[in-house]
Amino acid sequence: MTERNLAQALNDALDIALGDPAVVLIGEDVGRTGGVFRVSDGLQPRHGEQRVIDVPVAESGIVGAAFGMAVAGMRPIAELQFMGFSYPAYDQVVSHVSRIRNRSRHRFTAPMVIRIPYGAGIGAAEHHSESTETIYAHTPGLKVVVPSTPYDAKGMLLAAVADPDPVIFLEPIRLYRAVKGEVPDGHYTVPLGQAALVADGSDVTLVGYGSMMRDVRRSVEMLAAAGISAAAVDLRSLAPMDLEPVLDSVERTGRLVVVHEAPRTAGLAAEIAAAVQERALYSLRAPIARVTGWDTIVPLRRAEHHYVPNAERIVAAVNRTMGA
Amino acid sequence: MPGPTVAPTPLTVLAPTGELVAPTPLPVERIRELYRAMAAARSYDRKCSAMQRQGRLATYAQFEGQEAAQIGAVAALQPQDWVVATYRDAAAMWFHGYPWRNLILGRTGDERGGHAPPGVNVLPPSITVGAHMIHAVGIGWASLIRGDDAVAMTFFGDGATSEGDFHEAMNFAGVFRTRTVFLCQNNGWAISMPRERQTASATIAQKADAYGIPGVLVDGNDVLAVYAAADEAVVRARAGEGATLIEAVTYRMGPHTTADDADRYRSPDHVTEWAERDPLERVRRYLAANDAWSAEWQDGIESGEAAAVEAAVEEAEALPPLDVGEIFDGMFAELPDPLAAQRKAAVEGGE
Repeated sequence: MTERNLAQALNDALDIALGDPAVVLIGEDVGRTGGVFRVSDGLQPRHGEQRVIDVPVAESGIVGAAFGMAVAGMRPIAELQFMGFSYPAYDQVVSHVSRIRNRSRHRFTAPMVIRIPYGAGIGAAEHHSESTETIYAHTPGLKVVVPSTPYDAKGMLLAAVADPDPVIFLEPIRLYRAVKGEVPDGHYTVPLGQAALVADGSDVTLVGYGSMMRDVRRSVEMLAAAGISAAAVDLRSLAPMDLEPVLDSVERTGRLVVVHEAPRTAGLAAEIAAAVQERALYSLRAPIARVTGWDTIVPLRRAEHHYVPNAERIVAAVNRTMGA
Repeated sequence: MPGPTVAPTPLTVLAPTGELVAPTPLPVERIRELYRAMAAARSYDRKCSAMQRQGRLATYAQFEGQEAAQIGAVAALQPQDWVVATYRDAAAMWFHGYPWRNLILGRTGDERGGHAPPGVNVLPPSITVGAHMIHAVGIGWASLIRGDDAVAMTFFGDGATSEGDFHEAMNFAGVFRTRTVFLCQNNGWAISMPRERQTASATIAQKADAYGIPGVLVDGNDVLAVYAAADEAVVRARAGEGATLIEAVTYRMGPHTTADDADRYRSPDHVTEWAERDPLERVRRYLAANDAWSAEWQDGIESGEAAAVEAAVEEAEALPPLDVGEIFDGMFAELPDPLAAQRKAAVEGGE
């Protein structure tokens, strides 16, 4: 066990993954500088320029070339520097990466990982704070996952590399160095497609993922101090989405608040709310509440705080749900 | 590194008259095989056009006139090599081992057409224009990283060179010297837009210059010239000397697809002119002049290849459509629970 922050846990996972000669890491600035967030720091000297590959600035090229490698039997890990820069590669993702297994009926597959740092909260430049994961979660043929702890980050990345299908691996930028935890040394995996109950409670259920989990956990503490017992679920996987822990909890609490940083309209909170009312309507004692980013462009640095949901907004939503 | 020079006139070996204007790169027996392959491809192409008119196929994109560009290029490949092609490249795919049955199945609207036989390294045809060239870069790159010797050949048209992905693919191939051969069939038209509206460059081949790789302009209706250029490119790629762009100048004798009327945007005179440069007829003349052709042999291969296509059609049409559960079964190695629940609902008639 070593205490690591989320970025260090990912670095450890990449280092272990690169022990397999079929794995390469390909992206802009991943080698010499170790990535814009230093997640791949030190890996190129250890694994070589042919395995930790700095490429020209071309996102479609990165994903398309990684796709070709995957089809040819390798297990590439592609890095796109920011979610706001992932869109030039979206055609590769939706038209080829997500489809090759089906359009060849299992003859060709794309066992690849696309790592995408996402989310606001560090006052970055325009296009650097996007949270548009819904686009990927809405695309058939992809797995979309997002860790919120160093332990999950390492185990889920190693599971993603081993997965036979393409995985969009989202990395919450503002948690890279903000969360620390004990991380086992060596190889282990955290299964994809499983949500985790991270706090149990009897009055209300909170659901979040990725960048919002720090605020979700904080709001659980704030609510406890106010005498409200909140359960919290970290979805971890957006596609496929595991709602069993949410449904189990809602059956006991009767109240649900769904939290994400992405814009509200047609966001994943809408999907969660729809699925929960389908399956647990008669357990609900109050309308399902959403705490999300607004349907605005993410404001730039000086006004960014107006946009990103925080624990105070979550607590306020819970209080409304409780009828307080 | 060989200098990226583009000849001002296309490389030609066999003139439309059937006369050699340069030494043949292949013996006459092999040329007979290529002729037979081109005849087979034409037979398939015409059969599919007919089937589309009968309502047995979805929209079909003919390649008549482009047989030499496709067959000549693939003739330079070895079995471990890859073909990454488009909806208009059935001849290339078939000649690398992709069965007619699969191609027909695909055009009837069935995903199982995309399942190449084991060992046949041919991806299902790319339908989006231009996005697939980079896949051949990744495949040719994997070959370098792993130290095997497979080469990836990608087929695309003049229209695809206008896509941004063409630039990214050529650029990556140049920087990383991947084992990739770019085979552009400049057939003069991108649906209704002539080649002049795709690029102000005098040739497409000269674009290679900007990426630091060789560009070769070749008469795309001359199967021997295409073979010679492709063979040189494949040998270079296999030797680790990097990628090549080949522009095969040819002509799309038919419309873009069966859903299109080419008379709305081009003169039939063009088609008449290009008919005189037919890729099969010039080889037939060459073979005849070398005592390697007879009407009986011609009849024999035409009927034999037509029968093979017919058998493939029967096989494809005998396959029942995917059932509702099967549309889920291609999505993942193992169906995730929510999708398995949808599958169950779909099969049982629920939601």
